[in-house]
Amino acid sequence: MTTMTMVKALNEGLRRVLEDQPKSLVMGEDVGRLGGVFRVTDGLHKDFGSDRIIDTPLAESGIIGTAIGLALRGYRPICEIQFDGFVYPAFDQLVSQLAKIPNRSGGRVRLPVVVRIPFGGGIGAIEHHSESPEAYFAHTAGLKVVTCSNPADAYWMIQQAATGDDPVIFFEPKRRYQAKGEVDTAAAELDLYRARTVREGRTATLIAYGPTVDVAANAAAAAAEEGLDLEVIDLRALSPIDWEPLFASVRRTGHAVVVHEAPGNIGVGAEIAARLTEECFYSLEAPVLRVTGYDVPYPASRLEDDYLPNLDRVLDAVDRSLEY
Amino acid sequence: MGDQPRPAKKTAKSRPKSASTNEPEFVQLLTPEGRRVNHPDYDLNLSDEEYRGLYRDLVITRELDAQGTALQRQGQLGLWPSLLGQEAAQIGSGRALKPQDTVFPAYRELGVQWARGVDLLSSFALFRGTDLGGRDVIGDRFHMYAIVIASQTLHAAGYAMGVAKDGAVGTEDGEAVIVYHGDGATSEGDFNEALIWAGVFNSPLVLFCQNNQYAISETNARQFRLPPYRRAEGFGVPGVLVDGNDVLATYAVTRAALDRARRGEGPSLVEAYTYRMQPHTTSDDATRYRDEAELDFWRGKDPIVRYRKWLSSQGLGDESFFAAIDTEAGELVRELRARVMALTDPEVSEMFDNVYAEMPSSIAAQRAEALDFQASLEEGSDVR
Repeated sequence: MTTMTMVKALNEGLRRVLEDQPKSLVMGEDVGRLGGVFRVTDGLHKDFGSDRIIDTPLAESGIIGTAIGLALRGYRPICEIQFDGFVYPAFDQLVSQLAKIPNRSGGRVRLPVVVRIPFGGGIGAIEHHSESPEAYFAHTAGLKVVTCSNPADAYWMIQQAATGDDPVIFFEPKRRYQAKGEVDTAAAELDLYRARTVREGRTATLIAYGPTVDVAANAAAAAAEEGLDLEVIDLRALSPIDWEPLFASVRRTGHAVVVHEAPGNIGVGAEIAARLTEECFYSLEAPVLRVTGYDVPYPASRLEDDYLPNLDRVLDAVDRSLEY
Repeated sequence: MGDQPRPAKKTAKSRPKSASTNEPEFVQLLTPEGRRVNHPDYDLNLSDEEYRGLYRDLVITRELDAQGTALQRQGQLGLWPSLLGQEAAQIGSGRALKPQDTVFPAYRELGVQWARGVDLLSSFALFRGTDLGGRDVIGDRFHMYAIVIASQTLHAAGYAMGVAKDGAVGTEDGEAVIVYHGDGATSEGDFNEALIWAGVFNSPLVLFCQNNQYAISETNARQFRLPPYRRAEGFGVPGVLVDGNDVLATYAVTRAALDRARRGEGPSLVEAYTYRMQPHTTSDDATRYRDEAELDFWRGKDPIVRYRKWLSSQGLGDESFFAAIDTEAGELVRELRARVMALTDPEVSEMFDNVYAEMPSSIAAQRAEALDFQASLEEGSDVR
């Protein structure tokens, strides 16, 4: 067991990928000598060289489009999009090319491309640096979408994402980058497409992912002091979602609250609410509730504490569900 | 068929024109009248068989393409994007490729596909709607058609980076990559990003622009003030303008660009100046935006007419040779037509099967649900 930050865990995970897979590449803006603006690729350029750690021109469509070409040539690119709000120039290459070329080819072509995207708010950033665009990609067949919530998951999930043959959008919660956690680098690999029960409980189920897993866990800890026994589930994968643990939990508790930073409208939480209603209708004691960002553009940073789901809003939703 | 003055509105102001012919100053080895001319930088000396082979390719490509239009008109294809008029650009460049080279087409490259020796059926299946155009694109070294304009230029730029990484450039036997696109594509961000990528990574890429004068209805004047071959220079990428209706010139110019790439000397852009004789696709009505006089002007520059004249004048082809090619083309058309008509609707399950390398359980469940539902309808119809 080693204690490390999520940034370090991702860095170590990438290092193992590069060591184990000679065809893997890291590419993106400032990922080389600088080590990335968050230092996730720190030191990789020095150790693996500019042939494998590639500083690209400043053009996101170009990053994804050329990564597709490199994958067609047999390489396994791991791309970095510098910030969530900068991914949109690459939208066509992600949703119409990367996601669809394998299907278009009739399964004859596979594109093992990982796209890392630091996402979410809570760091006092300027506009376009705090967004949660995961629903766009989870809505697109052909992409897998995952997000890590802690250093141990980060370490293993980035390796699994880079080992599979499907394209993976890999969201990294940037406000958790510097949070430390235990990482067992020798442990058997977890499955990044399986949800993880963070805390077991019987009263209600909190469903979260990425940056809101910590919010939900803190809410559950606070609720425990009031005698409420909340279960917390970390989805890990947003596409495909690992449904069975959610169904099992909600059938037990009868109450579900979904927590994410992205706006609620047509979001991941809406899909979860719909599926829980379809599958757990007779177990539910209350409608599935959502605690999410509001349906507005991400606000100026001095307002983000009021925008982001926090402990109080989560507990309020739990109370509403239980009183229903 | 004589040359009429070219309508001025079709030419970007910055394109230099020869005072004597009113044609752009492009590389030309064969005039519209079928006269062989010399160029200081480009030459071509093929064997008699190769010269005759180019004629065969041109005629067969034209006939197979015409069959695409016919099949669409008969309701057998949903759409067909004709290449009529662009045969020389495609055959000249396609025949300049070496076996180890890789092609990224747009969606009108039936002639290149033919020259590459790749089964054409996939392109017809795509437009028939029986599949999405999939083939063994890696083995064919001819990638899938790209419908989103210019998206393929980045795929080619990335692939070419990979070729260089593999150390497959630097000799006369090196690998080169060619990507086909049109004049409209030059306005897309992806095209310009591809030029930047190919330039800064010195990739073995040839961007082959078929400037057929139209992006559906819009002329060059709405796409650029400076023609693509000159814009390339701004990216540090050499550009050359070639008569796209001259199969010898497109062959010579493309071969030089490919050889430069395979030697490790970097990317370049070839602008083939040609004309789309048909509407954009069978769904388009070109009479809304161009007139008969303009079509007549370009009929006078037909790529096959001039080449046939030259072959005749050189004693490389006589009437029996030309007739034999026509017969062969007719047979190929009949064979292809039969194969297209035999393409049946795919199974419902096929839409689910290739989305992921590892099918998620959620898609497996939907697949089963769709098949069960279909089966239940069939059972129901038996009852009735």
